[in-house]
Amino acid sequence: MTDAKQQTPFDVLQYLRQELMPHFLCPGCGHGIALRALLWAVHELGIEKDNLAIVSGIGCAGRTGAYIDANTFHTTHGRPLAFATGLKLARPDLEVIVITGDGDCLAIGGNHLIHAARRNLDITCLMLNNEVYGMTGGQVSPTTSEDRYTTTTPLGNTEAVFDACKLAEGAGATFVGREVTVQTPTLKNLILGGIAHDGFAFIEVISDCTEIYGRKNDLGSSAEMILSQKSAMRPETFENNIIDRPFRPNALPTGVLAHDKTRPEYGAAYRASIKAQQTKK
Amino acid sequence: MSKTEANANRHNVQGNHACALAAIAAGCRFYAGYPITPSSEVAERMSLELPKVGGVFIQMEDEIASMGAVLGASMGGLKAMTATSGPGFSLKQEHIGYGILAETPSVVINVMRGGPSTGMPTRPSQGDVMQARWGTHGDHTAIVLAPASVAEVYTETVRAFNLAEQLRSPVIVLFDEIIGHLVETIQLPAPESLQLIERKWADAPKEGYLPYAAGDDMIPPMPRPGDGYRSHTTGLTHDESGFPTQDPAKAEAMLARLINKVERHRDVVDAADMMATEDADILVVAYGTPARAARRAVKEAREQGIKLGLFRPITLWPFPERAFLAAAKSAKRIIVAEMNAGQLLLEIERIAGRERVSPLLRFDGEHIAPDEILDAVGKAA
Ligand SMILES: Cc1ncc(C[n+]2csc(CCOP(=O)(O)OP(=O)(O)O)c2C)c(N)n1
Ligand code: SF4
Ligand SMILES: [Mg+2]
Repeated sequence: MTDAKQQTPFDVLQYLRQELMPHFLCPGCGHGIALRALLWAVHELGIEKDNLAIVSGIGCAGRTGAYIDANTFHTTHGRPLAFATGLKLARPDLEVIVITGDGDCLAIGGNHLIHAARRNLDITCLMLNNEVYGMTGGQVSPTTSEDRYTTTTPLGNTEAVFDACKLAEGAGATFVGREVTVQTPTLKNLILGGIAHDGFAFIEVISDCTEIYGRKNDLGSSAEMILSQKSAMRPETFENNIIDRPFRPNALPTGVLAHDKTRPEYGAAYRASIKAQQTKK
Repeated sequence: MSKTEANANRHNVQGNHACALAAIAAGCRFYAGYPITPSSEVAERMSLELPKVGGVFIQMEDEIASMGAVLGASMGGLKAMTATSGPGFSLKQEHIGYGILAETPSVVINVMRGGPSTGMPTRPSQGDVMQARWGTHGDHTAIVLAPASVAEVYTETVRAFNLAEQLRSPVIVLFDEIIGHLVETIQLPAPESLQLIERKWADAPKEGYLPYAAGDDMIPPMPRPGDGYRSHTTGLTHDESGFPTQDPAKAEAMLARLINKVERHRDVVDAADMMATEDADILVVAYGTPARAARRAVKEAREQGIKLGLFRPITLWPFPERAFLAAAKSAKRIIVAEMNAGQLLLEIERIAGRERVSPLLRFDGEHIAPDEILDAVGKAA
């Protein structure tokens, strides 16, 4: 961490590949807010862009990685954690951050998530949960709320919803948190905590697909959708529900949900076991 | 070198272990895999050897993850490999395609067993020859090597790493269960005697840097994360900047370069072995285990005065067509002996014409014996 960096005010443009603008996100898409919060945290931590590796999957969430002025790896659908595992083990000096979506991380990539959590390699996994497959046109995802309409649930969704944070914690993630995009500084702080944590950090960002999911379910304007996040969150976090139309029917806890500093980071533990074996001889 | 010195490096080694030892000698410092018969000894040996040289071994949750981790480690700068067999090879295909498109050096070992599906896990087969060529989707190149002995597993594994590094591509090494589990006495080469190739790292100015701009050799130097290039890697069709494009001219240019870079380097990619082909009336084409039987058959046939020759591709893909045509010049009949229902056969028929070619195929989990080849020769003569 460098003090000089901390003193300069955060300017998101400094961290973006401006030559790629305009970006592809729909107006009002929550993923852009999540990206801003991530870069803000990177700035506050004083992480050098040269040392930052962004590994992302396929989807609208995964596509955001390309806009970051860092070493960016846009991998395959569901597998960014697998690539990140190889990269981090090969290069412990890099700050490795994964950007993934709810479909990417919990459906096709669910196996990689639980094993990355179990291993506890020092990777921060940012899952942008918009309850839908945005990129492919709005199909149902493992986090689509009950009764919601998607292009593959024309009668309303009848499948149960994954609680990604419980899943990650159950699988052994040593840092778990959830935050909404409406509270960007709070989200930034949570991400900052996850990156600073020495071990696997899973962060679920409650994002919105305004253009497809929002329209299909008549959830109002982008602003209304984002504000409605408040009423869906844990009452003790958000007491003043200003919109009485919950975006998500279940109240979800937000903030840091698990933080275990005692379990050794996997890469360090592996390297230590090699050292121990070598000195035995 | 005295006799005892020469003997000092002679070891009884299993094919799968020779593969692991060669990988270490070639500079492999990362292995990710998922256990599967008959390849698991490669992983077990790597888990033992890698820590000794400061490398990393990891058993992943499946083969998809294994190949992903291999590509990730290679992007980070390490020489990396995985090993598997049929069902796992199927699972790796999407990421093999990613490695081809994003130009990520990597080595994939496939110790073939009977298929399809779970098939015959402990029986040999050569059923993955076409999957090795066309397993991943889309138009693409494939570099596939097929050793026929434990010593050759060693040399071809080293060559696989060299080709992967030089050509910035996944390279596949195919051998069957018999060779994987065969124990032969081999002379382990002194590490300093091996010619090793490292990928070219980018050292161009950072201003206006284009990560996929290639020179005459058609192979762009690779940017190493941390060196300040901050470049983008993607499985999407991209232009020289590395960013996705749908511009028809740029899309075609990318794929054409990927294909042509392998063609341009056929001198180092191609490899084949010939035996008694100069005056052969009949030519056997065989690779891997059947080639061992074919060698014996050629010897016996020649003793009987039958002019039999052997063409043994060591590089299966791209098929060493030029060497084959030279070897097949005098042959009136060509017998393709392989442990599958006719895969390389299609390529030989394409090149030599169907009327000249007879198949000798087994896909029952048994190897092809020299007598079977001699019988086929008798029928062809
Ligand atoms: C193997 C494979 N299967 C399917 C797809 C198609 N696909 C691309 S993105 C996507 C879903 C993305 O949803 P999510 O991860 O939630 O991201 P979002 O677009 O919502 O941000 C799918 C199914 C693919 N690219 N690869
Ligand atoms: S489709 Fe949905 S998730 Fe994708 S950019 Fe548009 S609003 Fe965002
Ligand atoms: Mg989504």
